[in-house]
Amino acid sequence: MVKPLDGLVVLEFSQFMAGPTAGLRLADLGARVIKIERPVKGEAGRQIAIRNIFVDGSSLVFHTINRNKESYAADLKDPEDLERVKKLIAQADVMTHNFRPGVMEKIGLDYQAVQAINPSIIYGVVTGYGSEGPWATRPGQDLLIQSLSGLTYLTDTHDAGPVPFGLAVADIMCGAHFVQGILAALIKRNKTKKSVLVEVSLLESVLDLQFEVITTHLNDGRKLPQRSKNKGAGHAYLSAPYGIYRTADAYLVLAMGNLHKIGQALDVDLSDYASRESWFEQRDEIMDKLALKLETKTTAEWLAILEPLDIWCSEILTYAQSLHHDAFEAMGVKQNVILPDGQELSTTRCPIRIDHNRLFSPVAAPRPGQQTEIINQQFNLTGA
Amino acid sequence: MKPLEDYLVVDFSQFLSGPSAGLRLADLGARVIKIERPETGDICRHLYTSNVIMNGESSVFHAINRNKESFTADLKNEADRQQVWELVKKADVVMHNYRPGVMERLGFDYESIKAVNPEVVYGEISGYGDVGPWKDKPGQDLLLQSLTGLTWLSGNDGGPVPMGLSIIDMLAGTHLAQGILACLVRRSVKGEGALVQVSMLESAYDLQFEAVTTYYYDGLLPQRTEKNNAHAYLGAPYGIYKTADGYMALAMGSIPQLAQLLKCNALLPYTEVAQAFHQRDEIKAILADHLQSDTTESWLSVLQPADIWCAEVFNWDTLMQQDGFKALNMVQEVQMQDGYQYQTTRCPIRIDGELLTSAKGSPALGQDTDKILQEIKN
Repeated sequence: MVKPLDGLVVLEFSQFMAGPTAGLRLADLGARVIKIERPVKGEAGRQIAIRNIFVDGSSLVFHTINRNKESYAADLKDPEDLERVKKLIAQADVMTHNFRPGVMEKIGLDYQAVQAINPSIIYGVVTGYGSEGPWATRPGQDLLIQSLSGLTYLTDTHDAGPVPFGLAVADIMCGAHFVQGILAALIKRNKTKKSVLVEVSLLESVLDLQFEVITTHLNDGRKLPQRSKNKGAGHAYLSAPYGIYRTADAYLVLAMGNLHKIGQALDVDLSDYASRESWFEQRDEIMDKLALKLETKTTAEWLAILEPLDIWCSEILTYAQSLHHDAFEAMGVKQNVILPDGQELSTTRCPIRIDHNRLFSPVAAPRPGQQTEIINQQFNLTGA
Repeated sequence: MKPLEDYLVVDFSQFLSGPSAGLRLADLGARVIKIERPETGDICRHLYTSNVIMNGESSVFHAINRNKESFTADLKNEADRQQVWELVKKADVVMHNYRPGVMERLGFDYESIKAVNPEVVYGEISGYGDVGPWKDKPGQDLLLQSLTGLTWLSGNDGGPVPMGLSIIDMLAGTHLAQGILACLVRRSVKGEGALVQVSMLESAYDLQFEAVTTYYYDGLLPQRTEKNNAHAYLGAPYGIYKTADGYMALAMGSIPQLAQLLKCNALLPYTEVAQAFHQRDEIKAILADHLQSDTTESWLSVLQPADIWCAEVFNWDTLMQQDGFKALNMVQEVQMQDGYQYQTTRCPIRIDGELLTSAKGSPALGQDTDKILQEIKN
């Protein structure tokens, strides 16, 4: 199929996670994404591993984020390499970087300089905290951003202290917003034929992730979130029964719904909680009552009672169960990429479907500089 | 000029996932018209969080639906349907988040709209996709977190702990906006329309793509640390620690260097890089104990000059007092048509150095119906 971004060339100077996840999405949507990397060592993210797992010389995380891309090796401090990179920029549609403020100015590839090379480029910048203010030079790292943003007071119980989201959500959201900004900029460019600057930051993105609850905070007399005392409670701002409960053999999840209908279905007397307000104000008490009852039957028994009544509930699955489930298989979320030695690596595919097509690509992450020669030829970078 | 100026989005969606995508398109410059049921409207108008009511409706609705217009129509009434047809004929983007099959029954599915508007970009969000055994299940955030393994990543080792926001809803909305924008890019070159589909299920796995890829590789489930867990797959010191007067976050950093900087001799034996992962529970316990002996500020004043990645832990009150926060101008004030004003956050993207703000608050139900009907007639 012809993918929506077919024909676009993206140069990725970005490293680590936020910028490169944006590059991955653009690649899956059809763009040709070329990483500009230091010779031999490549981008710093190649050395950042989770569970210490390395594949083909780079961390498994790097492979996850950088599949479906090419790599062009260039030392930006070497004048000849820089000259080639500038020739490449002249032919690109988009370039992205996440250097700290000042670095690209020193190299001579800041937005102003690049506009002179390519007056219709989309120039994308990722920072930790924006380019102004006292935090601009602090390290833009996911856990630090979560900790500064207030996000850690939303998960788990009220006596748990600050609890981070257990994934790099600031990086992930920021990368996702970066994609939106770059695509919107391409739409603008196609109208004006002029270059566009796109800027995102990890902190703004993780604040945007909290937009519903921060808006509530700004308008409720600035109360802070009140987490439930119940382990498994799902959301500091939602009423009972929202959360995870133990059953006789495992767990049961109850989302929002009419509490009286749920009480009846479970045979728990909740008549003391007549008003909807009380479902929030007395949620800990209500959850205790539900918890006591739910321990008496197995998850399957409860689901058999609740699901036919259209009560929003489910079991809890682990990867071992979920990733082999028929529902997962039916959606074809898994895909394999092929490493240089012929081995295959399994990962997930792009979550967006276009014109009934799932977007797959068997292309694995490149080795540092793997496509340097061919890119030199195709873009005529070494000729006089 | 905002990038999507002159684009018209007709949005049938409600709750959070679809409308959050509509909000992003609106902030990027599009005109977004919500199609709502008469009398009740988007159910989110009355889906209260912590019982907060603003100008008669939920705070969440006001957060998600600012910068939009509201058009009421009963999609089962023929006269109303005709009006909606006039609107979708003119639309650049149409979107919804009904369960699979509902739009086909209502007659506003992609094929029907494409027949009269071939260049339309049509977006839809489902819970679990349009095939497979879960396709008719309710697409609700906590259920998706529970079914996709997400509850085994946050909090300390032990039972399942959800992430405390409707993160899957928001991600699905984010991915829908990406898909729509990508197809608008193509349309701006080739004049082709498109169908864009996302599901909360696919978005939930995409969020976990690192962890799922790791599971495929080694077959091991995520293992959270006993205490101070921040990421099931990372070694010590990665976590948040209690200090004498509060909390601090400590990301990556070599254990021997930390031992030296923090004057913590108990950490000296952990000299091998691999120990930071394999013996992380021990290391974290030592750190947790040691860091309680002094204040956050005092620890940061040692670690930050040495380029160790660490930070204070703020709640919204303390965050909003910081100059670093104020420099972002993240809060904006918006006004509804009846004059009611409220504060909310702005779009996190900057284009050509400008903040994408808009003073337009959320619409009262049906407030723009007459105006839009006039436009249709003209």
